[in-house]
Amino acid sequence: MKGKFGISVLLALCLVMFVGPGSALADEDDEVAAAGVEGTARADKLDACVAPTAFMRRNHFELIEHQRDITVHEGIRKTDNSLAGCIDCHVRHDAAGQYVPVNAQGEFCSACHEYVGASLDCFTCHATKPTGTE
Amino acid sequence: MSQPIDKQRRAFLATASGAAAATAVAPGVFLHAVAEAAPRDSAVSDSVRYGMLIDTSKCAEGCTDCVSACDRENGLDMLLKPEGASDQHWDMQRPRWIRQVKLKNNLTGRVTALPMMCQHCEHPPCVDVCPTGASFRRADGIVMVDRHTCIGCRYCMMACPYNARSFIHESVRLKPTATPRGKGCVESCNFCVHRLDNGGTTTACQDACQHGAIVFGDLRDPNSAVSKALAQYPSEQIRADLKLNTGVRYTDI
Amino acid sequence: MSKIHYREWGIESPRYWGLLAVLAAIVALGGFATLYMEHEGHWVTGMTNQVVWGTPHVFAIFLIVAASGALNVASIGSVFGQKMYKPLARLSGLMAITLLVGGLIVLVLDLGQPARLIVAMTTYNFKSIFAWNIYLYVGFLAIVAVYLFTMMERKANRYSHGVGVLAFVWRLILTTGTGSIFGFIVARQGYDAAIMAPMFIIMSFAYGMALYLLVLMFTFNTDERPLGDMVVRRLKNLLGVFVAAIFYFTLVYHLTNLYGTENHAYEAFILRDGGVYTWVFWLGWVLLGMVVPMGILFHPALGAQRGAITIAALLVVLGGLSAIYVIVIGGQAFPMSMFPGYTVIESGYYDGVDGMARAYSPSLPEFLLGLGGIALALLATFVAVRLLQFLPTSLADEVVDPHLAK
Repeated sequence: MKGKFGISVLLALCLVMFVGPGSALADEDDEVAAAGVEGTARADKLDACVAPTAFMRRNHFELIEHQRDITVHEGIRKTDNSLAGCIDCHVRHDAAGQYVPVNAQGEFCSACHEYVGASLDCFTCHATKPTGTE
Repeated sequence: MSQPIDKQRRAFLATASGAAAATAVAPGVFLHAVAEAAPRDSAVSDSVRYGMLIDTSKCAEGCTDCVSACDRENGLDMLLKPEGASDQHWDMQRPRWIRQVKLKNNLTGRVTALPMMCQHCEHPPCVDVCPTGASFRRADGIVMVDRHTCIGCRYCMMACPYNARSFIHESVRLKPTATPRGKGCVESCNFCVHRLDNGGTTTACQDACQHGAIVFGDLRDPNSAVSKALAQYPSEQIRADLKLNTGVRYTDI
Repeated sequence: MSKIHYREWGIESPRYWGLLAVLAAIVALGGFATLYMEHEGHWVTGMTNQVVWGTPHVFAIFLIVAASGALNVASIGSVFGQKMYKPLARLSGLMAITLLVGGLIVLVLDLGQPARLIVAMTTYNFKSIFAWNIYLYVGFLAIVAVYLFTMMERKANRYSHGVGVLAFVWRLILTTGTGSIFGFIVARQGYDAAIMAPMFIIMSFAYGMALYLLVLMFTFNTDERPLGDMVVRRLKNLLGVFVAAIFYFTLVYHLTNLYGTENHAYEAFILRDGGVYTWVFWLGWVLLGMVVPMGILFHPALGAQRGAITIAALLVVLGGLSAIYVIVIGGQAFPMSMFPGYTVIESGYYDGVDGMARAYSPSLPEFLLGLGGIALALLATFVAVRLLQFLPTSLADEVVDPHLAK
């Protein structure tokens, strides 16, 4: 009996050591940004994304992930599916005309990701708005 | 010795990347119109091997133009010292892709300066040891880190004979689009791969060097400036004893 | 030989829970230290771009090395057919598992991206010794688990010898792999030596035996189970021989290094001028870790006292941590020889200006993480011996060796 309890204590501790760090990784909050203005993204003026919207909603990460591997390993940058391209087109401006990070609350990426509760890992490393470098 | 290399390099730049790619403004200073060149649409192949020749005799003591250009190009100057870190500790933890080293010959006392960075080995120890294959050598000879699969074990840093790699010790707030960067991964010089893939032909350090000490190009192309310079002048690899066949060579150490 | 009976560890509940609480508290501290380091990033540690592996790695490597050594007792029993060691085998197998798990957790939690462990499990670079080690470690855990099963389940007893041989061979390969992590690093003066792999094997013998002896004496003592003098004498003599073997390898390693001029600077650094590393080498690795324990273990009077043996075993553990500290951190602190024949007089990135060592001072969170690994290994061991029948009811001399029965 006491043994069972011992095991659960042990498991709980392992869990703290293992899972704890992982969950603590979602730490960086981008600086608080002004809200983006409706209709200021380039995408807002276009009829469709690089593929039909319904397809993009379900599959954009596969396109981006595939592109990511061929860009890093094969150097292919001429593409419709780069993350930088997504951001370029979907980033909005605030009232003052400044870019608003795509992962800021209510912006293109985070609005949907928060709604469906999917993690958004790209931006721990990738820029959240165009920075003027390729 | 400086003249021929400069001339050859200009010729190389002009032919290799189209007439519009590079314009000589002053000796050794080039303006680049990267945006005008087309991004790469097919996989890199081993018909190219990128490499460098560094003429140590031209590397001026105390000059750090290449270092600051690299910092700017790759967003290293955007990193902020974490609050509470000491200056000295931060200096040992911040990433550096290129650095200047000053040497004194033990026998003769002659002093030379040179830039050190990833030597882009043909047989890179960092690639051999990486457990996940995140540290890899691209077909065109560029050694780099796929930070999507880097787990941050730092074995590559243990294995690199050139102290060329850096670990990101802190959260990164600002990062340029061309050089993604995040806490817990390893990175190093990648010959400004984003320039090359977008049709560029030079690295930031090379462009910044006012003394023309850095010649960059395709080692497999006998007509490239770097190949011609290598054919003409005696050069050496650092730690040639390890037989890594480095892509970065030096003259006049 | 009379029949050996095994029974769960029976110390009184308050003591047992008290012990678990203390260990759990240390594990929790390690956990919090990890959360802190992972949240902030490694800038809060003493590790830098020059000394990239720090205190956690010292603890992790120590535990991993000791884990394979802890299996020795079982191997002597089933591989080499020494009857006396058979009743000792279950605890030996158990500790091999718990120590390895403790070490691996420390290693994993120090990664820059611990959440990406799954990447390490699914993407392999087969040229990397690290990647081999992932297989070696997982395989070791599985084989030892099966080995324990064959020992503890009567119907499976007959397979015990075969699995035991496999486990023995596997642990030799495993420690060779751990030693090769360093031996294959050509870049650094102190590491590039084939002797690293056999030296790690012999170190594992000693450190594993020291920890085993400590746990055996502690569990038997607290439970008032008889532990015969002959059993203790055999084990402590083995420990003494293993420590002597480390002494020999240490000597050969440094003597061969001293022979080659290219290694003189490194040897001068470790043996004479390295400051803290020189101190840790002579005081920790050599004096407290080898000379004093050998003096105690082979001393006719001291070597017969349980208290003195306990101290000797603790010193071997301390010596082990010191040895790995000198190898791992001292080896990195010594500047790489990038330009033989030249002196670096200025550098933008710590290339060992005038041969100066690279700085490293361990930070508290790193130390707590390492300590947490040791506590976790012990905690798991104590929980397991309480739950399952790992410990024989008696290791009195006449039980273990019928020739001694009066």
